[in-house]
Amino acid sequence: MTRQVKALVLTGYGLNCDMETAHAFEMAGASAERVHINTLIRGGVRLEDYQILVFGGGFSWGDDHGAGVVQAVKIMTFLGDRIRKFIAEGRLVMGICNGFQTLVNTGLLPGFDGDYTRREVALLHNDCGNFRDQWVQLSVNEKSPCVFTKGMEAFSLPVRHGEGKFYAADATLDRLEASGQVVLRYVHEDGRGAEGVFPLNPNGSVRDIAGICDPTGRVFGLMPHPEAFTHLTHHPDWTRMKAAGKNRLDGETPGLRIFRNAVRHFEG
Amino acid sequence: MQAKLEITLKPELVDAEGRALEKKVADVFGIRLDSVRCIRILTFDADLTEAECLLAKERIFCNPVTQMASFSPLDLPFDGCIWVGFRPGVRDNAGATAMEALSDVLGRVLGPDDMVYTSKRYCLRGSGLTPDLMDRIAGELLANDIIQQWQVFTPETWDAVQGSGLIIPRVMLNHEPEVTLIPIDSDDTLKAVSQARNLALNLKDIPVIREYFLRPEVRASRRQKGLESPTDIEIEYIAQGRSDHCNHNTFRGLFRYRDLETGETEVIDNLFKTCIQKPTLAMQEEKDWVVSVLWDNAGAARFDENWNYVITGETHNSPSNMEAYGGAITGIVGVYRDPLGTGRGARLIMGSYGFCVGDLDYAGPLKPRLHPRRILDGVVEGVRDGGNKSGVPTPFGQVTFDAGYMGKCLVFVTALGIMPKTVAGAPGHEKTTRPGERIVMCGGRVGKDGIHGVTASSETFSAHTPAGHVQIGDPYTQKKMHDFLLEARDAGLIAFITDNGGGGLSSSIGESARFAGGCTVALDQVPLKYEGLDQWEIWVSESQERMTVSVKPEHLDAFMALSDKHAVESTVIGTYTDTGYLEITWKGRTVAWVHMDLLEEGFPQWEFDCEWIPPKLRGLHEPVIGAPRDYATLLKTLLARPNIASKEWIVRQYDHEVQAGSVIKPLVGKGRDIPSDAAVIRPVLSSERGIAFTQTLLPFYSRIDAGAMTSAVMDEAVRRLLAVGGGLSEIGGVDNFCWPDIQYHPEKNPDGRFKAAQLVRSCKALKAMCEAYQIPLLSGKDSMYVDGHLAGPFGETRKVSGLETLQFSATAMVENVNRCQTLDVKKPGDRVYLLGETRNELGASEYYDLLGYVGLHVPEVRPEAFLALYRAFEKAMEEELLASAHAVGRGGLGVHLALISMAGGLGLDVDLSRVKTQGQIPEGRDDILLFSESCGRMLVSVPPEKEAAFVALFEGLPLSFLGLVREDTQLRITGRGGNPLLSVLLLDLQQSFKQPFGDRI
Repeated sequence: MTRQVKALVLTGYGLNCDMETAHAFEMAGASAERVHINTLIRGGVRLEDYQILVFGGGFSWGDDHGAGVVQAVKIMTFLGDRIRKFIAEGRLVMGICNGFQTLVNTGLLPGFDGDYTRREVALLHNDCGNFRDQWVQLSVNEKSPCVFTKGMEAFSLPVRHGEGKFYAADATLDRLEASGQVVLRYVHEDGRGAEGVFPLNPNGSVRDIAGICDPTGRVFGLMPHPEAFTHLTHHPDWTRMKAAGKNRLDGETPGLRIFRNAVRHFEG
Repeated sequence: MQAKLEITLKPELVDAEGRALEKKVADVFGIRLDSVRCIRILTFDADLTEAECLLAKERIFCNPVTQMASFSPLDLPFDGCIWVGFRPGVRDNAGATAMEALSDVLGRVLGPDDMVYTSKRYCLRGSGLTPDLMDRIAGELLANDIIQQWQVFTPETWDAVQGSGLIIPRVMLNHEPEVTLIPIDSDDTLKAVSQARNLALNLKDIPVIREYFLRPEVRASRRQKGLESPTDIEIEYIAQGRSDHCNHNTFRGLFRYRDLETGETEVIDNLFKTCIQKPTLAMQEEKDWVVSVLWDNAGAARFDENWNYVITGETHNSPSNMEAYGGAITGIVGVYRDPLGTGRGARLIMGSYGFCVGDLDYAGPLKPRLHPRRILDGVVEGVRDGGNKSGVPTPFGQVTFDAGYMGKCLVFVTALGIMPKTVAGAPGHEKTTRPGERIVMCGGRVGKDGIHGVTASSETFSAHTPAGHVQIGDPYTQKKMHDFLLEARDAGLIAFITDNGGGGLSSSIGESARFAGGCTVALDQVPLKYEGLDQWEIWVSESQERMTVSVKPEHLDAFMALSDKHAVESTVIGTYTDTGYLEITWKGRTVAWVHMDLLEEGFPQWEFDCEWIPPKLRGLHEPVIGAPRDYATLLKTLLARPNIASKEWIVRQYDHEVQAGSVIKPLVGKGRDIPSDAAVIRPVLSSERGIAFTQTLLPFYSRIDAGAMTSAVMDEAVRRLLAVGGGLSEIGGVDNFCWPDIQYHPEKNPDGRFKAAQLVRSCKALKAMCEAYQIPLLSGKDSMYVDGHLAGPFGETRKVSGLETLQFSATAMVENVNRCQTLDVKKPGDRVYLLGETRNELGASEYYDLLGYVGLHVPEVRPEAFLALYRAFEKAMEEELLASAHAVGRGGLGVHLALISMAGGLGLDVDLSRVKTQGQIPEGRDDILLFSESCGRMLVSVPPEKEAAFVALFEGLPLSFLGLVREDTQLRITGRGGNPLLSVLLLDLQQSFKQPFGDRI
């Protein structure tokens, strides 16, 4: 099978999660390449040769000045125009965890009025005061234009971060909600909103927000890690599910489905 | 210009760091503060214009959504204010990345003298904030005077314009590097030098060193290089190489063992060779999966036909004992360089931790440098930042509390990596240096960090230990280097690679040059953090995040270009030669000229007298106990003991899922809150094959016999691996010994001979168990001198020694991860079985410890009998007959029944009369059955439809059907006499299990 859709996963400067993110895109049918930020900046690789740009999870530059802050400076200084053109041409940008933090610090999210330079939202230190690794239950806003979550309802994914508390001024939040830009929320198992209750909402995010997109739905950022749920054995309850006879997750894990949605966007 | 930028959260936002400090102040000082707000400070000591400063603030450092910032002191109200900054020369990771961001935004490279320093200011509201109290808050909670400085302000002493002042912790040595000649006219002279320079030279080594330099042919050879007396570089090189840390003199020593009861004697020449090397090499002969052992930075074993995995374990005790965070982060980041420096390089795939500290609630008269609570907080955070920022999962770890660790805490860090079987056409685990190849130093720069770290950990901690060996690891710099070196490896650009750890360049170059047969190093080429280091300091500095690489001249350009792409500094600092000599030059002049073999020959073996006093002779005996009546409370009390209770708050701070290979997580069960037997990772994402990993540590049994301790530790490790689905046939081990001083001294170490005998017994048990279970030791390390001299209330000091401790790490292969299992019972009606026999083995158990006893009957391991059971168990797992599996360990059957029941969220009906026992167990003593810690036992549950097949597998083996999994949440246990022993709700058990550390989140 020839792989038509090409995904670029950034590496370098302490970034991690790049290998499994590239692997997830490969599983989803894309051709994925891990490309060093400097290779992209210096022109060794051309952004326009790809359909999907991924800012992966993990850390960047050690994150001592706020997660994703220094990466955002580097990206906007050297690649800002190219990325804005990339978005304008109808391609996809995804930011996972540290990538989400980077997207909000660059202003690529939330992208109100087509302005991809303004910082309007932030991801703060978790209210619990610590880095935290746990699985969360998420609900999808069906009214969202987000390409990545098309046809999805509720699922669980792991979060692994110290700075994941979504924050914005009330007016900004209202606007995000009105435009369907709030994509993912932390919820109870039964789908009720977490309403800030720890650990359902693991970081104190306002209005339980776990992921947002730009008004076009093609720029997507989320704190949970979809690339960490592409195999049945990733799930913390998998041995229990197996004992209960639920061996299959209808063929596809939700993490993988997010990547497939991205790839299918270009396959028509 | 110099400028100071203060940044803080907008007042309407919660300050999580401030809240955490409020809580600590309440916990430690019993004072309720009204609020704490933190201010981050960046101090620019750089050539920046005012406009550039503003740009830095707007574009980088102040988030307009959440923060406010100012170049004059922020006017936050306070009743007390504490400023904390680094001391000069301490690694400031945030300062370094601030420089990078500044360069990007300003579009120019900043000058070599430009620096950014970070510090913090805490604004405290509340009453009673006297300067004295704030000084204690600073010293005991916020800062460590070894690496940090602080100032306290009251509203009266605060200057609103100057703020906390402009403190620039720039290192200014104003020192012209010079080579000092070392006089060797007598042993006493050299001894005096050793003391003055803190070299910790062994007295018996001194004549050997002198003899070498006085040899006529050596003198003639040196004269040709313009050298006469040894230089300080040469003597420091020898001291590093001969330290116990580098050379493992203790384990290579001569042990004269005597059993005081039987009078039998035995001489063991070199514990390492006899008990570790010999059995392992013999097994390597027979087992094709054992790829590379006992010579490289880590051992290598086969993962599959394309990949080998590598493993090693380290300790970082002394530094962590002085600066917990810095010591631990340096430890984890340091051990991560070992796989990277194994063969021609391995990619990191997981890490694990083990912490041993004193009682968290200790309120006794002794004053350790850092309270155990503070040590634990610091080491937890250090390993967290080091591991998480390296992008390496930490899916396993453990914490052990014992008063003995107040003398010195233990910090174990273990690393696993994976390497292609073939790299650039040759086996990936092979490497060598050849004459003509360039010596390249990659990664960080060299400063005064860590000088004499190696020699300091070779001595008991006292007020004289140099504090300079405490560092702060920089996972960011190392991760960049890791990515770079792996790309260079795959491009075939690396001939040899090793890390700079203990001993720095002296060790990495000294050892790598042995392959080529010599080297010449231009020390003046080594990039420095600041000027003014003496040559010997550059040579032995342990500045972190550095690797030494051998690169063929024809590959140098490609290697350097790749280094530049990854923003990693690499510098050619010399050439490997075949002169037979290690040569060091400074600006063209030879300053060291030492024969390559000097460290190998002629040095006298260390010698130890060992006296084994068997437990009975030491007066140990079984306590006299009448059977308890309130088993429910007893069980709950055991679950709440620190060594049993949930440490979820630590586990969740570690990213255990990065790299997407997580199969069995550190916490399992319905509530995802019970510690699993072992971790399983799937390191190759396109494969269903996995590695099971576990770690065991049971130092308590050393109170009776360190030999029994060792056997129990290893047996439990094997059972833990089996429980998750690991196979028996390819188990690899890593031994990490941490022992108190074993050299007898009538006043300083009167029980040294006994501790030496304990070490011999431990090593012999290690050998016997390795052979019985066919476990080659892929890697291992020892750290001696787990002793401390703590200050007491009367100005006295008291020696506190740690328990004789072995941490055993073990790996096993998992053919297909989809067949792995967890410990939680799954379904009502499933049948609960105990495999193995229970004996009256409560010696040094958790139960006896609760009651204040040691006892005598320590658990014994019977490998042959156990193995038959383990083989049947392995088969049952292969055939997927089990619904849950768990190794019975500390706390015995009672505690572990509670764990599997809580994990499943389902009660159990257990009948103790069905428990198969061996030996005499007095009537009515159900406590023995419930809390004996007999080895060789597993708890499993079996679906009814698979029971027949399961039972058939265990024909002729000790198998006890205990009862059924219940539909509700009651744990019910019936005694041997049919009497109901306990009936307790899981909710109550969970409360006990989780409450002790529950408020730590």
